[in-house]
Amino acid sequence: MSNLVQLEINGIPVSVPAGTTILNAAKAIHVKIPTLCYHPDLKAWAACGICVVRNAGSPKLLRACCTEVAPGMKITTHDADIVRVRRAVLELILANHPNDCLQCPRSGNCELQKLAADFGIRENPFPPDVQHIPVDNSTCSIVLNPEKCVKCGRCAIVCQEMQNVWALEFIGRGEKTRMAPAADVTLNESPCIKCGQCSAHCPVGAIYERDQTRQVWDALRDEDKYCVVQIAPAVRVAIGEAFGLPPGKLMTGETYAALRRLGFKAVFDTNYSADLTIMEEGSEFIKRFTTGGTLPLITSCCPAWTDWMEKYAQDFMDNFSTAKSPQQMLGVLAKTYYAEKMGIDPAKIFMVSVMPCTAKKYEISRSETMFASGYQDIDVVLTTRELARMLKSAGIDFPNLEPEEADSILGEYTGAGTIFGVTGGVMEAALRTAYCLITGEAQPPSIDFEAVRGMKGVKEATIDIKGTPVKIAVAHQMGNVEQVLEAIREDRKAGRKPRYDFIEVMACRGGCIGGGGQPTGATDEVRKARTAGLYTDDEKSVLRMSHLNPQIQTLYKEYIGEPLSEKAHHLLHNHYHPKKVYAK
Amino acid sequence: MSTAPTTAQGTQKLTPELKAFIAEWKEKPGNLVMILHHVQQHFGYIPREVAFEVADLIDVPLAKIYGVITFYNFFKLKKPGRNQIQVCMGTACYLKGGEDIIAELEGILGVGVNTVTPDGEFSVEAVRCLGCCGLAPVMVINGEVFGKVKTESLQGIIAKFRNA
Amino acid sequence: MSYKQYILVCGGTACDSIRGMELFNALKTAVKENGLINEVQVVRTGCLGFCEKGPIVKVLPQDTFYVEVKPEDAEEIIKEHIIKGREVSRLLYDKEQSKIHVAIEGIDFYQKQFRVVLRNCGAIDPNVIDEYIARDGYKALEKALFDMTPQDVIDEISKSGLRGRGGAGFPTGKKWSFAAAQPAGQKYMVCNADEGDPGAYMDRSTLEGDPHSVLEAMTIGGYAIGADKGFIYIRAEYPLAIKRLENALKQAREYGLLGNDILGSGFSFDIEIRLGAGAFVCGEETALLASIEGNRGMPRPRPPFPAVKGLWGRPTVINNVETLANIPVILLKGADWFNKIGTATSKGTKVFALTGKINNSGLIEVPMGTTLREIIFDIGGGIRGGKAFKAAQTGGPSGGIIPPQFLDTPIDYENLAKIGSIMGSGGLIVMDEDDCIPNIAKFYLDFTVDESCGKCAPCRIGGRKLLNYLDKICDGKGTHEDIENMREISEAMSRASLCGLGQTASNPVQSSLRYFMDEYKEHIDDKRCRAGKCKNLLRYTIDKTKCVGCTACARVCPANAIAGERKQPHAINNETCIKCGQCYEICKFHAITRE
Repeated sequence: MSNLVQLEINGIPVSVPAGTTILNAAKAIHVKIPTLCYHPDLKAWAACGICVVRNAGSPKLLRACCTEVAPGMKITTHDADIVRVRRAVLELILANHPNDCLQCPRSGNCELQKLAADFGIRENPFPPDVQHIPVDNSTCSIVLNPEKCVKCGRCAIVCQEMQNVWALEFIGRGEKTRMAPAADVTLNESPCIKCGQCSAHCPVGAIYERDQTRQVWDALRDEDKYCVVQIAPAVRVAIGEAFGLPPGKLMTGETYAALRRLGFKAVFDTNYSADLTIMEEGSEFIKRFTTGGTLPLITSCCPAWTDWMEKYAQDFMDNFSTAKSPQQMLGVLAKTYYAEKMGIDPAKIFMVSVMPCTAKKYEISRSETMFASGYQDIDVVLTTRELARMLKSAGIDFPNLEPEEADSILGEYTGAGTIFGVTGGVMEAALRTAYCLITGEAQPPSIDFEAVRGMKGVKEATIDIKGTPVKIAVAHQMGNVEQVLEAIREDRKAGRKPRYDFIEVMACRGGCIGGGGQPTGATDEVRKARTAGLYTDDEKSVLRMSHLNPQIQTLYKEYIGEPLSEKAHHLLHNHYHPKKVYAK
Repeated sequence: MSTAPTTAQGTQKLTPELKAFIAEWKEKPGNLVMILHHVQQHFGYIPREVAFEVADLIDVPLAKIYGVITFYNFFKLKKPGRNQIQVCMGTACYLKGGEDIIAELEGILGVGVNTVTPDGEFSVEAVRCLGCCGLAPVMVINGEVFGKVKTESLQGIIAKFRNA
Repeated sequence: MSYKQYILVCGGTACDSIRGMELFNALKTAVKENGLINEVQVVRTGCLGFCEKGPIVKVLPQDTFYVEVKPEDAEEIIKEHIIKGREVSRLLYDKEQSKIHVAIEGIDFYQKQFRVVLRNCGAIDPNVIDEYIARDGYKALEKALFDMTPQDVIDEISKSGLRGRGGAGFPTGKKWSFAAAQPAGQKYMVCNADEGDPGAYMDRSTLEGDPHSVLEAMTIGGYAIGADKGFIYIRAEYPLAIKRLENALKQAREYGLLGNDILGSGFSFDIEIRLGAGAFVCGEETALLASIEGNRGMPRPRPPFPAVKGLWGRPTVINNVETLANIPVILLKGADWFNKIGTATSKGTKVFALTGKINNSGLIEVPMGTTLREIIFDIGGGIRGGKAFKAAQTGGPSGGIIPPQFLDTPIDYENLAKIGSIMGSGGLIVMDEDDCIPNIAKFYLDFTVDESCGKCAPCRIGGRKLLNYLDKICDGKGTHEDIENMREISEAMSRASLCGLGQTASNPVQSSLRYFMDEYKEHIDDKRCRAGKCKNLLRYTIDKTKCVGCTACARVCPANAIAGERKQPHAINNETCIKCGQCYEICKFHAITRE
């Protein structure tokens, strides 16, 4: 019994599984029906009206994005009539859109611009009508520019259904509809966790990252400043996309080279401090696990996640690892350990961090512990998108650079560090080291922990550490996290031992490789490619467990002492504070 | 979902009766519109801090509540005048001079539609067809229906309500 | 208890607003004071339809029809008519001034009507379930539950040819059969009482005057499709109808006609009221469902259709109030009785709210196939003030503007579509020579722009552009290019909007361009509004033969547009004139004309 549906598209017979939409069925015969509000991550919203097609026998047009194929359909995806209707709809949308592509953050990379180009729009018969609405740049991470909004709805649906944050919603009705927080508050006063998934899904320049490239250029030009930089694991598998390379292509060495050409005096790698985080957090876990401490331990390297917890799940504050994120650890070390070792005045060090993440811009000043070096440990966070722009404006032919090495004392990393960028990676890195530290063995039976890998929203497993079961859960995409927390709450209420010992949470789908600051256009296909890139980086690493990182060993020997030591607590750990969901 | 209370300044609070209604309707799917109706019935509008309270009680994000409030014309976020004047703008009333009634009222009261007079006494709004088309043009003040309204009689009607 | 005489007082919202309740109480008092409590019953009924002449009082068994009755007349009615048997002739409906008692069937307003949906309105007290039962109420439900299978019920409704009265005209039997064919499980019946068309109040009157007919119909529908739960989605702007429904629900439950194991049949069904909140778009099926679900009323794409996947994803049938009110009659009198009424494709009757520049404004019910001419001139009594008929509008903001050449069109779904309109829910607006067609189109677009949910671009943006063009035209600044652009936008809206609101929002524009192009041309080329409605196109002229040169107008003109010597005829400079009309208001000699 087959559940295939036979239909015709443009006269060509097509056979696809039942439940396929006309849009996807058309792909089977290499027809790309134009869309605007549609996004493969989300259930079809069916609003814009661009994807209309005709079924023979009915004068009505159907929306291809949401209509499922039915046996016997005879679909026409384009003819003079359909294209004319699509064009008129596009002209209506363009009439209400500001005409300043040249100065727009999405120029060259905008879905509306592409439609206008594909349809050959030269002039618009309809009168322009763009209302002046002020920009919301209240958060340090994300900017809302409502004038450019095409009401595709993606940002609100992502914020509600994918991320479960509910900072944005459709407010008002009709032509007065706007995508905004409730109760007339600014984005910063709303529950927004700065994850940036809204900006990652916006088809146009209505939501984008706060651009701080100017600040970095100014610092690079300032002779008084000693500019250093770190790059996150997820950056290296995505930055190539801005230059036409396929997602997942490892560009680590090329990125180090490019950063030096920009003028950075030292290039570090966040993977190094990822290994460090494993030392601290792994030790923290072992301590709690073996001495009856508060369990489950929950990872805290994702600042969007900690923000969400401080607002919505304060009953889990004691479960959070107090270890800082790798970004912050490297930042504080740059201005203490590195500065001392190299004899540089830390006051002159300007630390830039390149992240796939918009929330990291918020993390660098989120509490007084982010100033543990005596200065703001990290001065500026740039997203992958901003770095790409800097490289382009510097004329750097990125794909053709010769790869270089990072500056070693804060630059070496193991395979465990690099997989921090994918969902399950932090857990896997921690398990590798924890296994060794608990059992005293050289390495776990299998260095790969397949159970924590993949795109499933919540992954659970029981890891056997020489007879001791460790129950773990890995969640990514904020919308999937609540069920894990609820399960623990149920256990608490029933007086049971919590069903998980260790939980990893990443706010973005796929983990940091799908971060809000990455090149736009991420779909699951792209995320999987980027993920594969990092696992390849891990596989080809000589050292694949954090505790084997020689630079880390040196750091402890020379500077920190031991994991969880007083110095470690002072520099590498932090606290959490309850927050109001709505600040006003 | 939230374990932390959302906050807002303001002094209005849900009454015990409203809380009881909310408790009764808490588990009914689609309860939001009915709950908001009851809140507005009591306060005359939906005070911001009460919206926060409702969000907590029925465990629905505040964003959703505001999305619903701002979608439906019926719900008001600002306190209306003590006397609420509604002028029907249905087709029959429009043909028979509904717009003139609104213009005259704006003149008498000195404020435009959807604005409260400075003394808090009156607010005027244009409403959808009230279904009394045989009596066009129609005006309702505090629930009292006036049919076949003439602009000349408006001053007198307003005075009556002001002194009431 | 049987009374000698019944005094029926119309208790619809409209009559209430002109002291209807006072009248009712005055009559009751008069009956009591004259010791007639056991002989005469005063009943507050639903709408009798003749709203133009309200408050209406009907006396049975003589069938006396009194109009425009005041509370002060109560005493006279009791003393003269009830006690002495002499009708109060000055209160009789008397078009010809002949002072002869006119039975209701002789009244031109009622002559061509055939009240099926409105059968009980005006004849019973809607607050007393026994009166509904006395007029065959709930007999259809009984028949369905005990003498028919669910499929029998669906077959009968299909055979009757009943089509949805909300406007789209989808065959009701077919809709019910789709839902019935879905696998067993939770299903819902929903009554669409969100009557949002401005100028339409058919559903309101039915719900106020005969709420049980809808409850009975929903229960029958639930039985037919396999649903045990129903919702009535009703506008918040209908408080009296809501009250009557709540009361009817209570009484029906008390009598075991709603709830568990109805009449011992084993079938359970109950109904809940859900309020709208001022969103016209929630009259659209999928937006209505979203609203009941507690969300913003934004439509969803169809397919899947609600009968397959509706409320909370379950099979749901949504029927308009008027559609439902037909159901009990069809089951009792039979599909064959029903499908003999009307035309080949449109069976049964239609309730219209006849309003506008008409003499007999009110609620009417006519067999399908009645012509517009019969409705407007026979039933409606022709145009007020003897003015010329210009156009009729059906279907509200989704409908078209119909010119005089189609007056003899028999009304049915297909015929109206052919002439560029739709049946709609029943609003029928009559316009005369003093109404401006582009202005009417503007009125409807203003409505649609305000009510658009905003989800899809064609309606949200296209509607506003259409309105802006119409503003320009009515302001005397329109161009022919604007007309072309309006056509282009209308096509995009009707082909690419997500829901019926957007798809039909351009109908007033499209139909008026089709039949009233001359008027548009006049506005554009001559900058003239022949109806005198578009203020900025009015030309004020001083008639030199009437002007005495008192200078009152010149002094009041804010634009200094009037020139003239004292005691000499003045003249208005139309270039500078801002059309405020002050001069027109102030001239004591009627020397100023405006057109």
